[in-house]
Parts: sequence; C-alpha cells; structure tokens
Amino acid sequence: MSDQVQAAVVDDYIPPGPFREFWSYFCGNRGALIGFIIIVTVLLAALFANFLTPHSPYEQYRDYILTPPAWQDGGLWRFPLGTDEVGRDVLTRLIFGGRLSLFIGMMVVSLSLLLGTFFGLVSGYARGMTDTLIMRAVDIIMALPSLLLALAIVTILGPGLINASIAIAITYLPHYVRITRASVIAETSKDYVIASRVSGAGVLRLIFITILPNCMAPLIVQASLGFSNAILDAAALGFIGLGAQPPSPEWGSMLANALEFIQRAWWVVTFPGLMILITVLAFNLMGDGLRDALDPKMKL
Amino acid sequence: MSFQNLILEARDLTRYYSVSQGPFKPAAIVKALDGVSFEVEAGKTLAVVGESGCGKSTLARQLTMIERPTSGELKFDGFDLVNASDHELKTARQRVQMIFQNPYGSLNPRKKIGTIIGEPLVINSNLAKIEVEERVRGIMTKVGLRPEHYTRYPHMFSGGQRQRVAIARALMLQPKLVVADEPVSALDVSVQAQVLNLLKDLQQEMTLAFVFIAHDLSVVRYIADKVMVMYLGRIAEYGQAEQIFERPRHPYTQALLASTPHLKAQNRKQRIILSGELPSPLSPPSGCVFHTRCPYAAPQCAERVPATEEFDGRLTSCLRAAEIAAELGK
Repeated sequence: MSDQVQAAVVDDYIPPGPFREFWSYFCGNRGALIGFIIIVTVLLAALFANFLTPHSPYEQYRDYILTPPAWQDGGLWRFPLGTDEVGRDVLTRLIFGGRLSLFIGMMVVSLSLLLGTFFGLVSGYARGMTDTLIMRAVDIIMALPSLLLALAIVTILGPGLINASIAIAITYLPHYVRITRASVIAETSKDYVIASRVSGAGVLRLIFITILPNCMAPLIVQASLGFSNAILDAAALGFIGLGAQPPSPEWGSMLANALEFIQRAWWVVTFPGLMILITVLAFNLMGDGLRDALDPKMKL
Repeated sequence: MSFQNLILEARDLTRYYSVSQGPFKPAAIVKALDGVSFEVEAGKTLAVVGESGCGKSTLARQLTMIERPTSGELKFDGFDLVNASDHELKTARQRVQMIFQNPYGSLNPRKKIGTIIGEPLVINSNLAKIEVEERVRGIMTKVGLRPEHYTRYPHMFSGGQRQRVAIARALMLQPKLVVADEPVSALDVSVQAQVLNLLKDLQQEMTLAFVFIAHDLSVVRYIADKVMVMYLGRIAEYGQAEQIFERPRHPYTQALLASTPHLKAQNRKQRIILSGELPSPLSPPSGCVFHTRCPYAAPQCAERVPATEEFDGRLTSCLRAAEIAAELGK
C-alpha cells in the first residue's frame, strides 16, 4: 500500500527543462552565484562605462597628480580612488579598463579552449601517427618560455591587443590539448563508448556527443584559471609595449606602469591589482559552480 | 537442426593481435582466437565458457563487429561479415547488439536513461522525437523499469536496474542476436536470477538468439541450449548443454564442472584441482594447449595438436577422450 502511494507521488514529478535544472543547481552553490554576480557587475560596468564615469579615461588633470583616494588626507571626492602619475582618475580608468581586460581574458580563453579541445580530441581519439605529431608540436610549444614565445608571435603578427591575445592563446594551447587528450584516452576505453559504437554511432557522434561531455570537468576548471593568467600575460606584453598601447586603460598595464610608485602612492598599484584579483576569483568560483552544475553525478 | 534456422555461423574464426615487445624485438603474436567454429540457432542460447584470457571477450568483439577477424568465415543470417564493406556492416550491426559485463561502465554517466536507451534508434532511424520516446517507454516497461526512470541519470540506479537499462538499449533495434558478455557476473546473486529470468522471457517473446559469455557454470546451466568451452583461444568442448553437463568428455570441462559448488553432498563431484595458471598466450604450449595442466596428460599430448572431433554426441578436442571416458566408466 505504502509502495503504491510512493509511486503515485513520484509519478506526479514533472522534470524541469534542461536550463531550469542547470540554473537551480547553479544557484544552489552560493560561491558560484557570488562569482556570477561579480562578473555580471564588472561586465555591465565596462559596457556602460561612458555613463558611469565622471571623467574621461585619457584626461590628465596636471594640477592633481598622484592625489590619494578620497578618504585619505589630501584626498578629493572628485577623484574617489585618487589619480595616477599624470593626473588621470583611477576609478574611471579601472571601469574603462574592464573592457580591454575582459576582452583579452574571454578571447584568450575561448580561443585556446576551442583549439586545444579540438586537437586534444583528435589526438586522443585517433592515436598513432596523428597523436604523435600533435603531441610533439605541443611539446615544442611547452618547451619555450611562454612569454618569449608570445613575444615572438606578436613580433611576427605586429603589436596590438588582438594579436597579443592570439599569441597568448597559442602559448596556453598545450594545457588544454594535454588535459583533453588524457581524459579522452581514459574515457574511450570505457564500455559506454563501445556500446555507442555497437549501436552504430559514427566517429563525429562518438567524439562530440559521447566522449566530449565526459571530459569537460577539468577543462572548465583550467579555463577559469586560465582567465587570470591571460590578463596578467597581456599586461606583461603591454609592459614591453606589444600589448595594449599606452594611453588605453588596461588593468595589467596600469599595474605594470605604476610599479615604481608603490612606495609613494600605493593606490595607483593596489586598485588595478585588486580588480584583477576580484575578477579572477569570481571566474574561478563560477567555474567551480559550472563544473558541478553540469555534472549529473553531483545531482541527487 | 534445420539449416535455415542458423542465425550465426563461424568457421575457423581466428583473431591475432600483434604485441610490441620493445623497440628492438620483433612484435609477438597473440592468438586470441585460433580456429573456432560454431553455430547459433535463431531463438537459442549458446553459452561460451572459459577462464579469464581464453578468448571469450575477443569472440564477443568479432561477433559485434567491433573488430574484424584475422581470418575465417563469419556469417550472420546468411550475410558474410568478414568481407563486408563498412556500409554493409553498419546495416548488419543493427541486428547484433551487445550487453556488457559491467553495468557501471556501460552507461554514459552524462546522459539520461531515456536518451541512452533511445540512442540506437536516433542513430539508425529517422523517427520523430515523440515516436522514439514512445518506443523507449514501451521497452522500459518490458524490461521492468518504471516510467519515471526516463529522466534519471545512471548513477541513481542499482546494478540490477542499470543492467536492465543496458538490456533495453540492446533490444531497441529489435536485434536477432544479442551478445551478452558476462551480463550477470557483476550483480548480486538475487539480482542475477531476476536478470536471467528477464533475459529468458525476452528471448521467448522476441525470438532472440543469445551468445552468452560466462564463467559461472550454474548460470550457464540455467540459460544455455548449447555450450562451448574454450581454452586459450581454442574450443575444448562444444555441444548440447545437457550432454556436456551430464557427461563432460574433455578433462578441462571436467575440472570446470567439478569446481562448481553444490548444495547437496551427493551432487558434488570429486574436485579436480588444476595446477598452475593459464599459460601465456604469447607462447602457448606445444601439442594440446591444455597438456601442461591436464591430469591425464600423456607424452603424445605434448607433440600432437588434437583436432576438434565428434565424440559421444559432441565435439571435443582431446587426443585421449575415448581412453579417459573408458577409465571414468570403470
């Protein structure tokens, strides 16, 4: 009797749509939600920077060079987070800087994730000669110091933000290729892949529908970590003059250019650093949440 | 045994693998299947028995067309599988499905049960989504899964239920032959019986032929019509199940049967303990491959390779089959 009642209760359960299901699990993870909110805030602020900021990011207030933040002695509420070495408003530049930094991060991560996953899948599934070729190429990229390689690529492509992102994306490829290949090899030997083959699945279906979703967990984590490295490496390139070109605000180059003031004017260095830290943390939190929300084994 | 009823015919089926032994040595050859011939009748069960490494799973891989045999003939429903083109194989593959040993590994952990069972149909037919779902739900009731299981993930199920899912998937294309690679050995004994009964019921209902790979002889006795005992890629004994269980003629079969536990003391056989392990298939013994462990081994056994010959109503490959039979009869 109780069995019947239970069955009736279960029968009434209507499964939610895939997106609703994903969203409810994602929201269950508080860290992921906080990360998501921060990212959306930064993204919106960067998009609507023109309306949010009181100053222009390029305007130099020569009378107010290195003004401290408003709450310190000598600070002015005109410049809430102070000004930099040529008198530009730090807050304004931070908000505008989000545009470039987020763009670099997204571009590098999506480029290296897409290409890396593709080569990893091909390498892990095909094995043999193809595998050897791809893996040796990857080893060569890994053997070179990443900044040096990026430098070389930018020199070939010419300086500029997009070229810098492409160069950084290439130096990050090996991580994604290796991670994907390792998971693909582990998954391919499992029975469910053979089962799919016995049902008549073709190569593309096997790779992209059967195997790939099972390799996603480490890739998502690597991608969210790679985001921060991308911003920092872009800053390094900018520092040498091959990334974002000088007047344009970009968190990494703001940080790099102001290093010499760290003793005298802490705010010029600290705030860009904090922005990078917070954004990176937000991406990592969201990455963790994504991984868990996309993994059916975490669901009950 | 009428000829038209044969669903699967294998003649001298062989499958060799070459194994690299290091950079400066020639590759060694493993004879995983070495000249195996057998037949499966429509709607009947052939059980393949043997210890680990005897070529059972290799056989399954040939039958399900995951690999092509090295040589020999393999005919499915009158259709030559060895020389078929890839496209022809794809069509034939729909009629041969497989159930795997480990239900924890054979279901894609990222897909819902409904998607897993429906996959063969989605790949091989142009049915609309609704029709696929209808058929999936139909087969789910048949194998004893509840409708609400449709949207669940594999990790939410027990081993027995997972194996039911695997069975449902195998039956989706209405195959004529199902190759079951130790389908119950990963399950509890109580669940084993349920799954075996389910397989038997489905066999009657859908006239399925089974190639049932197993090492548990009590399971084989319950389900098999014919039995093929394998040792090191060769047939040791092959015939009707009752005959082989009543009067095993190959010493290896005798040893296997003697190792099955029985509840009643009078059913227990004198235990024959085989010494040593299965020889390495890289360097199989000369002559009869079993002579290194055979309690009846004679000098001639190390020299001559026994042919698989008819003896006492079944096929057996033992040089001394008649002598041993006479000795036991005394």
